[in-house]
Amino acid sequence: MERKLKHVEIPSSEITPYSLYLSRRDFLKTAGIVSATAFLTACGLNLPSTMASGTAFPTGTPTQSPPVPDSGQGQTTDELGNPLNTLDQITNYNNYYEFSTGKEGVNPLSKDFKTTPWAMEVGGLVQNPKTYALEDLFKFEQKERIYRLRCVEAWSMVIPWTGFQLSDLLDEVQPMTSAKYVHFITLMDRAQMPGEGNPLYPWPYSEGLRLDEAMQRLTIIATGLYGQPLPNPDGAPLRLVVPWKYGFKSIKAIVKIELTETQPETMWNDISPNEYGFYSNVNPNVDHPRWSQATERRIGELSRRPTLMFNGYYDEVASLYTGMDLRANY
Amino acid sequence: MPTTSKPKPRLTWLQVGTHILGWLPLAWILFDYFTGRLSVNPIQDIEQRLGRIGVYFLIGTLACTPLSTLFGWREFLKRRRALGLYSFLYVSLHIMVFVDLDYGFNLSQIYALVTGKLYLVVGTIALLILIPLAVTSFDYFIHQMGRNWKRLHWLIYPAAILSLLHYALAQKGDLFTLRGNILKPFLLGILLILLFILRIPSLRRWLSGFRSKLTVRTHHLPQTHKITPG
Repeated sequence: MERKLKHVEIPSSEITPYSLYLSRRDFLKTAGIVSATAFLTACGLNLPSTMASGTAFPTGTPTQSPPVPDSGQGQTTDELGNPLNTLDQITNYNNYYEFSTGKEGVNPLSKDFKTTPWAMEVGGLVQNPKTYALEDLFKFEQKERIYRLRCVEAWSMVIPWTGFQLSDLLDEVQPMTSAKYVHFITLMDRAQMPGEGNPLYPWPYSEGLRLDEAMQRLTIIATGLYGQPLPNPDGAPLRLVVPWKYGFKSIKAIVKIELTETQPETMWNDISPNEYGFYSNVNPNVDHPRWSQATERRIGELSRRPTLMFNGYYDEVASLYTGMDLRANY
Repeated sequence: MPTTSKPKPRLTWLQVGTHILGWLPLAWILFDYFTGRLSVNPIQDIEQRLGRIGVYFLIGTLACTPLSTLFGWREFLKRRRALGLYSFLYVSLHIMVFVDLDYGFNLSQIYALVTGKLYLVVGTIALLILIPLAVTSFDYFIHQMGRNWKRLHWLIYPAAILSLLHYALAQKGDLFTLRGNILKPFLLGILLILLFILRIPSLRRWLSGFRSKLTVRTHHLPQTHKITPG
């Protein structure tokens, strides 16, 4: 484990003090106890039925959790009591095909990735199109949000992000009334991102959200995690985080945001439209065509745990999908 | 090595190599486990590695006959059984990890998956084929079953195709449109097709004929000079 830490190169001057970052030993001890408890609990739990029909909305209220606080500083768990994953885990197990299709290959291959200077263009159907330098984006209120990240491959982590609400940025550029969707595009730079030479993918990576999803308070552009600037394997310097959707929706190394009237093309949807829908909301009742989404393995835990509707953010986001058939709009 | 006229079978380099190759991946996984080199998702890491190694050995088993055709070295044929059994070893470990570590013996959930998800249906059929092949791999059965033994063991071909399909279907990509993370199973598929082509009887005869001509010619080649320094 230690040997991998050296790849995270952050100048010590840039590291903000974080009370959150417990000594590793203490953290592991706590995490061990919590995950052991979770293991025992999980054994007695009934898994959500994957046979539910209709709109694939669960009946009843699956969560009655407090809303995610804006300041997760000092917290060692998310709002449901799940312990944070370690920086080691978060920076050494990444799906980031621009660098490598191997999750452990991303860290070493991304360590020299140049994130300054960085510019992000915001345009399309907006009143005030603007190109932001990375520094400009720190004027938006930076929030500490502890989110669960659920990968479509059925593993998950709990990550303490720092970032600003996308709604703050969109409020500034003023979407036109005709704007219905937000399109995000990753940097295209084959010299730095060797994976972008792989002809099996339609590069550059792109993703999209409906405008109301983009305006939801949980949708952030992350600029850091664990109080540090965003590590390269996690999408430095700017990445989207939409915690109620599968991880691949949370696009990394964003250089362009475009407001559009029609649903934008997104990479995984382009590769396999019947498997990776535009919505891709975390939903234990709607399986991936080839594998189950009913359970997941939290990194650091041994047993699987049931996957929560909208990744546990039901109370905050379910209203975005009222009346929609989530089986058809997977 | 001095040749002896004893009827007792001798260990050959290929035989020793086969067994080293057979245990090496397991030793490697254990080494990674005990030195903390597995990924932070260790169960999936071990499960997928075991599965891939099982497929590699299965393809290795099917490579014996073509290798013997190409190089005229009949000893390859004698290593088939060991390779096949190593494949079965890794496939068995792969399934044990799936049932126990991954799904914690949750049999109802496993049953739902195994009957509901194509990659698992395909994988399970491959396993069900491999079990009787492994059981009947002993000399006793070869002698007892006669022609039926060959008929039964012909099933290794569909088992190999299904195993590879199982692997490909579990990837985030599409084998048929060739998009996504599919390169490895695709290349293994090409290899498998090549191995099947090399079994076509007429091609096999032609290759053996071509090889024997080649060996005759090389026998007449003059010895090359040894280059000595100085």
